[in-house]
Amino acid sequence: MYSEKVMDHFQNPRNVGEIENASGIGTVGNAKCGDIMRIYLDIDDDGIIRDCKFKTFGCGAAVATSSMATELVKGKSIEEAMKVTNKAVMEALDGLPPVKVHCSLLAEEAIHAALWDYAKKHGIEIEGLEEPKADIHEGEEDEEEY
Amino acid sequence: MEQPIYLDNAATTKTAPEVVEAMLPYFTEHYGNPSSIYSIGSAAKEAVTQAREKIAATLGARTNEIYFTGGGSEADNWALVATAEAYAAKGKHIITSKIEHHAVLHTCKYLEKRGYEVTYVDVDENGILKLEDLKRAIRPDTILISVMFANNEIGTVQPVREIGVIAREHGILFHTDAVQAYAHLPIDVEDMKIDMLSASGHKFNGPKGIGFLYIRTGIKIRSFLHGGQQERGRRAGTENVPGIVGIGRAAELAFSKLQENGAKEKMLRDHLIKRIGEEVPYCRLNGDAKRRLANNVNYSFRFIEGESLLIMLDMKGICASSGSACTSGSLDPSHVLLAIGLPHETAHGSLRLTVSAANTMEEMDRVVDAVKEIVGRLREMSPLYEDFIKKQK
Repeated sequence: MYSEKVMDHFQNPRNVGEIENASGIGTVGNAKCGDIMRIYLDIDDDGIIRDCKFKTFGCGAAVATSSMATELVKGKSIEEAMKVTNKAVMEALDGLPPVKVHCSLLAEEAIHAALWDYAKKHGIEIEGLEEPKADIHEGEEDEEEY
Repeated sequence: MEQPIYLDNAATTKTAPEVVEAMLPYFTEHYGNPSSIYSIGSAAKEAVTQAREKIAATLGARTNEIYFTGGGSEADNWALVATAEAYAAKGKHIITSKIEHHAVLHTCKYLEKRGYEVTYVDVDENGILKLEDLKRAIRPDTILISVMFANNEIGTVQPVREIGVIAREHGILFHTDAVQAYAHLPIDVEDMKIDMLSASGHKFNGPKGIGFLYIRTGIKIRSFLHGGQQERGRRAGTENVPGIVGIGRAAELAFSKLQENGAKEKMLRDHLIKRIGEEVPYCRLNGDAKRRLANNVNYSFRFIEGESLLIMLDMKGICASSGSACTSGSLDPSHVLLAIGLPHETAHGSLRLTVSAANTMEEMDRVVDAVKEIVGRLREMSPLYEDFIKKQK
């Protein structure tokens, strides 16, 4: 069901952990739906993401998208990190099963939430960044047929 | 890699070699249609009759009360829909439980959309039906009570006889989905006042795609598949002769070792329950500790998600199952775990291990070691665990 890349990032997740005194922390998702992602960013004075770590409660795809998202933003400027969309995460993982697409949305949202936290702490505005939703839901649920 | 350890016997079981052997001639030699007049047809017909006799004997039923179906789901669908239609003049109210298999629950939803009313009775925190609630749910227009014999996820065995007595006292039909219980526990349809019972071949080392519905003589029930006169005109279609031979042989084998296999499974089960409970912190055994299928272990581990656990177990060659949303294809975790009162996040972190008598104690120890390691690893990755530990400090 999962691509080799997803399996690799699930089995050997990159950047698992916490950052002490992180520049920004973002937590998204909810336990009810079974996914919670938390991303820690260490951003230097030049606005470069020096380090990025994550913790995730969720399925294989949730862990893999978190891992890939941290890889994609590490070493990047804030501007570049803003361009890491869910599509970019999915492509980098060679795709996700349709029911797991929401995991990649969650990863994008987690990065945005961490950037939002950073911007708030530093009293700055990041172009294109909106206040993160507390909760992520994947579109409309299919009405079951009987 | 070492041999895989199969602990998903509630999903399906390995077909016994004796069963395969019994079935083969009905593909190659005795391939005739049981409805035909010539001898290869009558050999097939004779085999179907023998299988029916064997199964009837295991339940204390009459031979003509066993109807072969394409499996457990078909039997459940048939029992509910056909009874609902046949007894509509008496009433349109059905009672079931909140923890039924989807074969029953979704059939109830189907009937609700067609003008029937269904009451879903609560279970307690161990998954046992609340008998007082059942009695209160009964109305003059109640035509059917359908409660599963044993639950497929948490293994809880229902007080079937008590339910049968209540139904009989009120003149209501009683159907039980015994897919997980048949050929694992002794069942007597007379003593337990069961009017209809569903079972499935592949849950007891028989083939897939074959099951049966026991229907007590005298019950009005409509034909489900229309066509020929097979199954006394109630279930048309040329009989799945190899499947029927297979389920008959599987039942015979299972009942000849019912006590022996049950005792072995119970020993393996109790070892898993004990070691996991003692060695993995923040876990909860789901289902009743005593009224429980001999092969079922179901634990919830806080702060982790079930699918991750399953994939990691699979990488270690261990086949298991979970009630997490990610394994159900929806966003909601198991309705059974929610019905016994688990919070959503705990329900997401559940693990079902269902043993067979073919498993060994060494395998159980390997599984516990793997579960301990993986749960620890996933918790290290979990923001919920991080928050929990920080709060403890």
